[in-house]
Amino acid sequence: MSGEADSRGALPNAGPDFEHLLAQEVVIEARPDGARTGAQDIEPDHSPRAPIGATAGADSAAGTARPLPRAGLLVAGSTGMGIDLQREVEQLLFLQSELLDTKQWQGWMDLFDERGVYWMPVAPEQTEWEGSPSIFAEDKLMMEIRKGRITHPNAWSQAPMWETNHVLGNVAIESVDGGTIQVRSRFHMMELRRDDVRHFGGTYRHTLVRDAAGALRIRLQRVDLFNGQAPFDYVLQIWV
Amino acid sequence: MTNATSLVEDDRVHRSVYTDPKIFDDEMSLIWERTWVYCGHESQVPHAGDYYAVTIGRQPMIMVRQADGSVGVLYNRCPHRGVQLVGNLKGNTGKAFVCSYHAWSFHLDGKVRAIPLAQGYQDTRMTRDNPDCSVKRAARVDSYRGFVFASLVAEGPSLAEFLGEARIAFDDMCDRSPVGEVEVVPICHRVIQHSNWKFFMENQLDALHPSVTHQSTGIAAGKVEKRLKAEQGSVPLYYHYLSTFASSFDQWNAVQTINFPFGHGILKAYMGLRPRDPDTLAHEELLKQAYGEERAEEYLSRSIHHVLVYPYLSVQSPLQQLRCLRPISADRTLSEIWHFRLKGAPEAIYRRSLWYYNLVNSPATMINADDLENWTKAQWGLASDGGDWVSFHRYHGDDREEGGVIHSNHGTSEAVMRSQFRAWTRYMQGARP
Repeated sequence: MSGEADSRGALPNAGPDFEHLLAQEVVIEARPDGARTGAQDIEPDHSPRAPIGATAGADSAAGTARPLPRAGLLVAGSTGMGIDLQREVEQLLFLQSELLDTKQWQGWMDLFDERGVYWMPVAPEQTEWEGSPSIFAEDKLMMEIRKGRITHPNAWSQAPMWETNHVLGNVAIESVDGGTIQVRSRFHMMELRRDDVRHFGGTYRHTLVRDAAGALRIRLQRVDLFNGQAPFDYVLQIWV
Repeated sequence: MTNATSLVEDDRVHRSVYTDPKIFDDEMSLIWERTWVYCGHESQVPHAGDYYAVTIGRQPMIMVRQADGSVGVLYNRCPHRGVQLVGNLKGNTGKAFVCSYHAWSFHLDGKVRAIPLAQGYQDTRMTRDNPDCSVKRAARVDSYRGFVFASLVAEGPSLAEFLGEARIAFDDMCDRSPVGEVEVVPICHRVIQHSNWKFFMENQLDALHPSVTHQSTGIAAGKVEKRLKAEQGSVPLYYHYLSTFASSFDQWNAVQTINFPFGHGILKAYMGLRPRDPDTLAHEELLKQAYGEERAEEYLSRSIHHVLVYPYLSVQSPLQQLRCLRPISADRTLSEIWHFRLKGAPEAIYRRSLWYYNLVNSPATMINADDLENWTKAQWGLASDGGDWVSFHRYHGDDREEGGVIHSNHGTSEAVMRSQFRAWTRYMQGARP
């Protein structure tokens, strides 16, 4: 800043025609197919996430080596009664938690209907997944981006060791209306990241429908964190 | 007292400015508790008695809508025995603040209203005509286009002088409303960064980091964007919000920064927020009706990605987002993340900006997750004896300075950090504001 301005202690000023500085100059457009991005210019010859002894550049996408968890068996009771809906719904929710804890992202996404949405509102009074601020508001395309991001070798924030552990209970079928089932449950998730454990708890509300093969699929999963309005110590990287 | 000149050189700074708790204390005294600090938006407290707890430096304050309709800022402290008058983040206190300990009560402007057993104070120094019986107020409160600031000292530049050219942050946001006003969306995300506040401020205008730090998200979003474009011809803008993060180094180098005195600055636009879709055209038509063709065009063609009000505010005016820092300690920083509606603008314009708020700024951000990881590691790295200096040499000597304003010739110039530390040094030497 100019010495004159300093000596007067006044605030230097860019002048009344300052807005000319803001003339539109650069718009970054998507490059044509095949063009390399800046990120690809620094394509990794390393991976901060590879295990000890792995060769440089090896794809270390987390979780690929883990076996896919199987859904719990639905066994008819000795009383001769058929499998009830309660048990079927519970097994779907348990499987969903297991898929998260074993980092089977595609398997987790496949539980959603084609129109499926994962939604974590900020406040309990929010009623629509679009149109107000949310913590998560993701359709399947956005889920694909999130999955693509965290499995990229240079998703830097994924380098520290992390695990989650979900426990789910209080499963209640609130309504069955034609092919649409509303389910409420409670969950507790512990997350280990580096050397620290965080806790998240809250309510799931699943809206379930059946696909052509008769299997239950998630049309909407609403997640109300009981501590969603408290400050987040760091952020959430994956679905809860 | 911090010897700022020994820690800051033109092209590098000593690591202790990020890590030393004593320097942090000096920053609170010499910067935060003296300069104008953002408290909130007037629409957060629409009715008399509405209040919001807010921290200025180390001081717990209350922003309150007073009986006369103005917004006041008080210390959150009962003058009797020091108990905080409000114990929660926000609410409505009715016609008075009442202390939960001994029921001293105060008008919304802080003046004492009633003292129980007042006869017990007769012939003492603490009779109710003593100003010490009232809640202490921030020395100065002012607002600019609905955005409320307070200063804890009586002297120094006015708010308008402090903001200087950075006031464009609020003009640019409000001018996009056909009635020239915004209102807050009453939800605030709060995220704690495990790092010194300066990392956030530097990072906001650091145009080199996105394609490195955010490559995973940029590439993943770019793949979906390309596929949708091939399938459908057009793609909603919000995929581009994410995919541009993986733009090339030469593209980022073309996005310029403007650096003002007192550390304020602008990163110019790059996302192409004026598509020719019906929603945008309808919005532009409203602005033309309100302001006339020429002014509307001037407002709409401003090239701003975001504006920094140093040392605590990052305002993304074209997308109506605002992030405010509340430093906790040398290695902990609380960020408050707000979103605004343009009064009178089409709902579609709000919803389009909401995608950015949700994808980039929410606590499940696909962008800031990697930023926060960087800053945590920076905090740890700088605490080590592996080196004493932090380098800001890129394009040093290359920038243009005109009338106290520093223009980068290259978008990735570390002019941003050099400019912020010039301001920091002035503050730490005791300059106002």
